[in-house]
Amino acid sequence: MTASFLATRLTMLVVTVLVASLGIYGAFMLAPGDPATLLVGGARKPDPAVLDRIRAEYHLDDPFFAGWWHWFSGCLHGDFGRSLVYRDSVGHLIGERAGDTFALVAYAAVLVLVLGTAIGTVAALRGGRTEALLTAATSGVMAVPTFIMSVLLIWVFAVELPWFPVYGSGTGFGGTLSHLTLPAVALAVSWVGYVAQVTRTSVRTELRGEHVETARSRGVPESVVIRRHVLRNASGPIFAVSGVGIAGLIATTAVAEQAFGIGGLGALMIDAALKQDLAVVQAVSLLFVVLFVAVNTVVDLVSAALDPRTAQGGSR
Amino acid sequence: MSTAPAPVLPSAGRTPPVRRRRLDTATLAAAAVVGVFVLLALFGPLLAPHDPNAVDPLGVNAGSSAGHLLGTDDTGRDILSRILCGARASMAAPALVVLVSTAAGTALALCAAWFGGWTDRLVSGALDVVFGFPGLIMAVLAAAVFGPGLAAPVIALSIAYLPLVTRVVRAAALKERSLPYVSALGLLGASTPRIWLRHLLPNLAPLILVQATIGFGYALLDVAAVSFIGLGSQPPAPEWGLMVSNGAPGILTGQPQQSLYAGLMIVVLVIAVNLLGSGLSRRLPGGAA
Repeated sequence: MTASFLATRLTMLVVTVLVASLGIYGAFMLAPGDPATLLVGGARKPDPAVLDRIRAEYHLDDPFFAGWWHWFSGCLHGDFGRSLVYRDSVGHLIGERAGDTFALVAYAAVLVLVLGTAIGTVAALRGGRTEALLTAATSGVMAVPTFIMSVLLIWVFAVELPWFPVYGSGTGFGGTLSHLTLPAVALAVSWVGYVAQVTRTSVRTELRGEHVETARSRGVPESVVIRRHVLRNASGPIFAVSGVGIAGLIATTAVAEQAFGIGGLGALMIDAALKQDLAVVQAVSLLFVVLFVAVNTVVDLVSAALDPRTAQGGSR
Repeated sequence: MSTAPAPVLPSAGRTPPVRRRRLDTATLAAAAVVGVFVLLALFGPLLAPHDPNAVDPLGVNAGSSAGHLLGTDDTGRDILSRILCGARASMAAPALVVLVSTAAGTALALCAAWFGGWTDRLVSGALDVVFGFPGLIMAVLAAAVFGPGLAAPVIALSIAYLPLVTRVVRAAALKERSLPYVSALGLLGASTPRIWLRHLLPNLAPLILVQATIGFGYALLDVAAVSFIGLGSQPPAPEWGLMVSNGAPGILTGQPQQSLYAGLMIVVLVIAVNLLGSGLSRRLPGGAA
């Protein structure tokens, strides 16, 4: 990985976050009506004195860029402003809920990585009917979105077979694990299918490679061939796709949280959007965008470290 | 000089189409399923046996019967009628997302590929930034700003889908642009709009169509998800994503029919659209056999 590739990717990360923050802040200015009224959050006839105080607090009368910088630099320092709807500081609201979202996304990410690569590898190595079956199953599962999978899982594994709790996030490690299992599966399942398919193709391609034939003819044991010559070479595309998938989990965690009644960041964003509490929506969406872009950048950098050829093709 | 064969001038008409391969059975079946769904979107309300919004306080959460083939929901509305009438609402919004993002994305891609230089860098850079914005987050943000309803999420998703279209079309347009027939047309004095409309676009059209098909599958899921979380279609609209969430409380009390049937419609349509998209892409020149 060259220094220039690293510099390009990091510059892109910063530029994307800056422009995204301008977009998020600007969207708020596009809102029909007086932004100060919106910040009060739907109260019919707000007191003019209150509106004036909000205008001053949110720097609504400042020029656009000054207002944006005030908001954005505050966010960088962890000061996300106050929510007038929840009557709390946005930073506190986020801090309370970040843990659940982190646990859910991490759980789903482990499922994507472990199940996706395992299913794909088994399909490629076994071949024949197993491969056909697993390929059909993973293709089918890829078409089931998180919200429908949530409903199906609740029906099958919480109502018909009461194995898992339906709502909330539980306490303690065991409680969290059993509460988050169904949401994590619902969130992960279509990416598990996708990663499995990429793994299968990638492993298949490597199995046909000349280096594998050479290793076998040298008498290298099959398990070593698979581990050292097939899986290691196939890991590049698998890692890249899993990374995109894990970034995607950040975007869809809101749906799983909503479906299973988990009070995480995604559920907070949806609830705030329904109440038109823009201070909260702005802060949480900025946070999601930063995480999404950061995960994608890390994946690019690690991919480049694994295989320097991607850096040459990737830097424009 | 006179012995050289007369050059075949491409100005005679459109560039000849690529020879076609026959579609396989799975793609044809997928096309048929998509066709049925399109017919439902057009004529669903005519087929519905009941008024989709007629409540019946005495017949709530009923199972299948001769009067209500798929049963009734928590307010006694006929589920079959709501699913049939919902086809239009559920498919029109994603279709609009695909139409807008494909049209705008193709225009951007052609500009980037044709003018190159700063235009290309600006378009590609801007789209890289948009790509950093997950569609669902953009849709929630738009709904927060403009209020719940389908209009804001449709606009947001149209923007979020731009990079997908533009990247693919730009790459293909760059390749097409470097072909000798394009410079020959330029030498023959064909104007830029003529080259774009009569030659580049027809040659790129199959690729654009495949991208639009694949995009429709994604858009359908995203729009339905936005409705599911309560920020898209509003009650009492018979939209499938909204029906899945309306039926969710019923699942806990043993009446999963509303959620399951509405969810099934979405999944079947997405599988058909994906199969159709990959079938069509195999037919593209250079597509995998």
